[in-house]
Amino acid sequence: MKILKIAIIALLLMGFSNLKSNEKSDELKNKILKNIRCLICQGQSVYDSESEFSSSIKLIVDKKINDGLEEKEIYFYLREKYGDWIIYDPKLNKNTYILWFLPLLFFLVGGAIIYKKIQKKNEK
Amino acid sequence: MKNKFSLFVVVIFFSFCFVIFYKGLNAPNNYTPKVNEKKNIPTFKAKDFYSNNFVNSDKIFEENIFYIINIWASWCVPCRAEHPLLMRLSKNKSIKLIGLNYRDNLNNAKKFINELGNPYSQTIIDNDGTLSVEFGAYGVPETFIIDKDKKIIRKFIGPIDKQILEEIKSITK
Repeated sequence: MKILKIAIIALLLMGFSNLKSNEKSDELKNKILKNIRCLICQGQSVYDSESEFSSSIKLIVDKKINDGLEEKEIYFYLREKYGDWIIYDPKLNKNTYILWFLPLLFFLVGGAIIYKKIQKKNEK
Repeated sequence: MKNKFSLFVVVIFFSFCFVIFYKGLNAPNNYTPKVNEKKNIPTFKAKDFYSNNFVNSDKIFEENIFYIINIWASWCVPCRAEHPLLMRLSKNKSIKLIGLNYRDNLNNAKKFINELGNPYSQTIIDNDGTLSVEFGAYGVPETFIIDKDKKIIRKFIGPIDKQILEEIKSITK
């Protein structure tokens, strides 16, 4: 009887941990799908789209997660197939330097101007 | 002197912004796939259209010739339009035409082939569209040229027309 109880508890715990890991992989899958552009839709992510293309990509992402690939590896795989455009988050490369560094440059230049002005005001 | 410097900075700043926005406005805002990129063919296992047996990609592309992969489906209207051209292309003995049946009902696909003719030396099934993703395709019809080094050297998105047919012939000469 005692063994039976232990076995039931162990089974319940295993079921619970499986449920947890499924939840985690679902979360990761949704996160990735929301960051992938549906290439044949207008302004829709693969997550939001029901197109043939999107449903194939959903299957691929699911398979890659089950194969143990990490988020970055899945993005790399998709970039290899379709180029940078498929990912919403632009990667840092020679085409996106301006995009990444211009706001920082504006912030630094603006900050320097404001700092100088304040300094001048204080001197007066 | 100081005013001149400020004016210079402002002019440079606005010119810079102008160039950025001008380039941005001229850039296409829709997806323009690269069609001339050399890529290795994926390795895969797929079901044969007729025998229903699994075949390896190595077996499909084992000959030292040009291969044309055509992604098609019986429900795809442009596939019907390009089919007579594929039939013409299939007469070319220096290439092998491989059909990739995309997300289709097998009976409808067989009816389609029986009605319009079979241009393919082999047809494989892609039930869920994942094999087409391996090729970097995003719809039907799509056609890929694979050279003797087993690299995808050109892809055509949409139905092939007479001009594309001539291009395929000149590449695979």
